[in-house]
Amino acid sequence: MSKPRRASGAQQHRRTMRSALQSAAQTHWRTARQSLQRLLQTPVATAMTVAVIGIALVLPVGLLLTLDNLRGLSGNLGGVSQVSVYLEDSVSAAQAETLVQELGQREDVQQARYVSPEEGSEEFIEYSGLGDVLAALSENPLPGVIVLTPRLLDAAGAQTLLSDLEGLPGVQSVQFDLAWVERLQQLLALAGRAAAGLLLVLCLGVAFVTGNTIRLAIEGRRAEIVVVKLVGGTDADVALPFLYCGAFYGLGGAIGACLLLWLGMLLLQGPAQTLLTLYGSDYRPQGLGLGGGALLLAGGSLLGWLGALLSVRQHLAAIEPR
Amino acid sequence: MIRFDNVSMRYPGGHQALHQVNFELADGEMAFLTGRSGAGKSTLLKLLMVMEKPSQGQILVDGRNLGRLPRQQIPFHRRRIGVVFQDHQLLFDRSVFDNVALPLQIEGYPKHEADRRVRAALDKVGLLRKEKMNPQQLSGGEQQRVGIARAVVNRPQILLADEPTGNLDPELAAEIMQLFEQFNQVGVSMLIASHDLSLITRLQHRILTLDQGSVVQDAWQGAEPAARGPRP
Repeated sequence: MSKPRRASGAQQHRRTMRSALQSAAQTHWRTARQSLQRLLQTPVATAMTVAVIGIALVLPVGLLLTLDNLRGLSGNLGGVSQVSVYLEDSVSAAQAETLVQELGQREDVQQARYVSPEEGSEEFIEYSGLGDVLAALSENPLPGVIVLTPRLLDAAGAQTLLSDLEGLPGVQSVQFDLAWVERLQQLLALAGRAAAGLLLVLCLGVAFVTGNTIRLAIEGRRAEIVVVKLVGGTDADVALPFLYCGAFYGLGGAIGACLLLWLGMLLLQGPAQTLLTLYGSDYRPQGLGLGGGALLLAGGSLLGWLGALLSVRQHLAAIEPR
Repeated sequence: MIRFDNVSMRYPGGHQALHQVNFELADGEMAFLTGRSGAGKSTLLKLLMVMEKPSQGQILVDGRNLGRLPRQQIPFHRRRIGVVFQDHQLLFDRSVFDNVALPLQIEGYPKHEADRRVRAALDKVGLLRKEKMNPQQLSGGEQQRVGIARAVVNRPQILLADEPTGNLDPELAAEIMQLFEQFNQVGVSMLIASHDLSLITRLQHRILTLDQGSVVQDAWQGAEPAARGPRP
């Protein structure tokens, strides 16, 4: 074989490869367009399926988003968590100030402040509104308190700080405001598990809803399937439009879920911000974000496609020309 | 092109549809398959389309044993065969053009090439001006011609037809047969099942007669066209 001919053979091969890719792309584009048109031809039925999928997606995703925000919030609150060290009555103000000096030099203490019984009673009268009760008592029942702001918050470090403080002379008791943060975090972890479980179950639900809708579509297009198989359509040719339909259902549902989440954020943002400001937190509630939204859309499409695949696997083989 | 070797076909219910059928159809040959209804004409065509498998014997199409055809090869076998049905098997959710384009879309023809071939096929059956219509708007004879255009659009080596003139008046039926003869003249092998004896005996072709699943007669109408020989 001469050189030029070989070159032309390679060119030919490249051309057939390219035209095969081109025609595959054409087929996909045409099938996707036709599938979408078909869905839009029955807008009410399509909207209902899409709504079911959207609601099924919005529940677990919304819950996960809420938990994520609470987790962020608890970290944020944990940073300003306080330790109250209650002193015995015998400790004088001067002794207490010395203690504050010592504690202030510890590495794990950010700030230490002495609140004398008198200051304590003033604060109590000011904030509690129960000043009359205090005034009725013959002597000030409040102990002196050292208020600490710890620097770090991991469990071991907190334990060390706690036992050190309890061991100090003149210390009556130590109260960690950390406990509720820990409890909240445990609760959040638990709720996170529950949400993950819910997500899994509802994802299955989305796949099954799509699968069932596709099953009906397959029944409705029995004649077409028979003709396509008769003129030489492979199982893949027959399945392709249904897979696109499923993916579109999932995508539509995910878009609906995104809209619902966005609406929910819009409604909740105002009150949530006010509440956070009241608690003195500068935390800002986080939405789904661009990445999360893209993930939701991709996940929804994938689930729809998967449901369609299940249905197609089960029902298409049964339709053969007879 | 087509060879049946001792082919028998018994349906699961026990009905013996074909019994020891032997015949051969040469490349480029045209033959009619006749017999009363229930004689086994449709079963024979279904075996060729691998819609059924024979319970005995073997069927060779272009040298390939259909009994040994793996399931995933069946679509590719069907692409080499055009089929015309009595009930047309057209899809009413799309235009005449899209119906005819279906086999080409499945085979992945580029759009411009597919469009060209569809128009050529529609022109051949005289329906070029009705390409945008829905098949439901067409008469029975026109619908059958759409079916024929779809069967020949990817230029198959073999064309099968199952009672293609069953629902048509004699004049239209004769027109359809003329169309088949034209395809045969360009080298397509043809097997046409029809019980319309008065029509097919007028045409000069081979006639296979089936009775209760067996070939009882294999005769030429008029002179045996040996002179025509194989196509170039």
